[in-house]
Amino acid sequence: MKLWNKLMCYSRRHSPWIFHMNSGSCNGCDIEIVASLSPRYDAEQLGVRLEGSPRHADILCITGPVTNNAVNAIKTVYDQVLGPKAVVAIGSCPASTNVFIDSRTLAGPLNKHIPVDVFVPGCPPRPDAIIQGVARAAAILAERSLNPPITEVSIAAVDIAAGNEEVQS
Amino acid sequence: MNLATALARLLIFPGLLFAVPAAWFILWVERKAVALMQGRVGPPFMQPFFDFVKLLGKSTPPRPGIGGLLMKAWPLIAVSSAAGAVGLLPVLPSSGGFEGDLILLLALLELPSMCIIAAGFSSRSIFGEIGSAREAVLSVAYNIVFLLAIVSIAASQHTFRLEALAALPATPLRWLGVLALLVCLPAKLHLNPFSLPNAEQEIYSGPMVEYAGPELAMWELSHGLEWVAATGLVATLAAPHIALWWLAALVFIVFSFFIVLGLSALASATARLAIDTTVRFYWQCTLIFAVLAVSSALLMRLRS
Repeated sequence: MKLWNKLMCYSRRHSPWIFHMNSGSCNGCDIEIVASLSPRYDAEQLGVRLEGSPRHADILCITGPVTNNAVNAIKTVYDQVLGPKAVVAIGSCPASTNVFIDSRTLAGPLNKHIPVDVFVPGCPPRPDAIIQGVARAAAILAERSLNPPITEVSIAAVDIAAGNEEVQS
Repeated sequence: MNLATALARLLIFPGLLFAVPAAWFILWVERKAVALMQGRVGPPFMQPFFDFVKLLGKSTPPRPGIGGLLMKAWPLIAVSSAAGAVGLLPVLPSSGGFEGDLILLLALLELPSMCIIAAGFSSRSIFGEIGSAREAVLSVAYNIVFLLAIVSIAASQHTFRLEALAALPATPLRWLGVLALLVCLPAKLHLNPFSLPNAEQEIYSGPMVEYAGPELAMWELSHGLEWVAATGLVATLAAPHIALWWLAALVFIVFSFFIVLGLSALASATARLAIDTTVRFYWQCTLIFAVLAVSSALLMRLRS
């Protein structure tokens, strides 16, 4: 059992699958996430895979200063990522709302809404900084045990994903 | 084939004990080949194994009712049928087999794709349903060519027994059939020109969109086992017959490896086609050759 746990920790550290979510970003950080998977930086060496569905992902990468419209979507997607999970806030916007501070269209910063594990500051951050942030999140993930039993919110998220309800914007 | 050899073939060689590491190896070769073609370093050797273990340790969303049970069942059925298909491959000479095992192999090879279609519909996600519909259309498109190729090979050599087919010398007609099988393999394995059902960013990996944790791990495994079974089938038909068992196994592995390399190179060199182009490719361009192969096989049979 101890050996299995060790193997599980090692595997979690070496296979972080990320889901990228834009919460009103200017697209600068989104381009840098894609750049970190490109031949020059090649994050796949660490086992990083960009997944299309939040259900498959371990690490949620969020860019943007969290606009009012994005809050519900962020919470839904956070619940759709299954435990153990980690959140990486990419860029200065989700950390501090950056130059958009005091805007009436913003509900940021990000850690008011969901727990954030790693902040990668920069406007935009360099791809190697993003890779380092993901690697650190994977290390945090490896130590984290399974999340507590899934709550009501997550069941609502299941229904939304199954098409029973409209996703509220 | 008695019970003991059947179990040994299913569980040890070329069954689960060999096929599961082989599946991980093939998944790694696929990703590594794509990475090298793109000028990247690519994932480490143990990557598919780490992914599998990690997925086993993740939680799954609660799914009440019969739909949830079905969603749990599809990946297991897919894995067991793909493992059964691998177990039927006559890798070792004189390893047994029975008349008509080729038909059973084809049925078992088809079952995972049926499971994918059912899984997408039972997930009730709109992306899953689109993916399932695409998978159904794709399987109608390539299966006619695939089955006609197999029928032409079997009819030209008068047997539906895999071991007898592997032992017989290859004729030009058989090479044509193998070529047709190779054309169908990218669609069967959802590789890039025909990766419509599991398009990652376009429909969020299609039928798999709602799957997570151990169930997703089973899907990955069944995909790998399908790789082993499909490339193994082509390698069996293409490889020369060798009496020495270790040389036969080695030749089988080398042939499979080169088929995997070729398919991965094709996958990284091409972009995804639209569904109508795919269907037109199989029904208009490839079907003619398959019909030609089958009719010449039947004619040869009438003449002999």
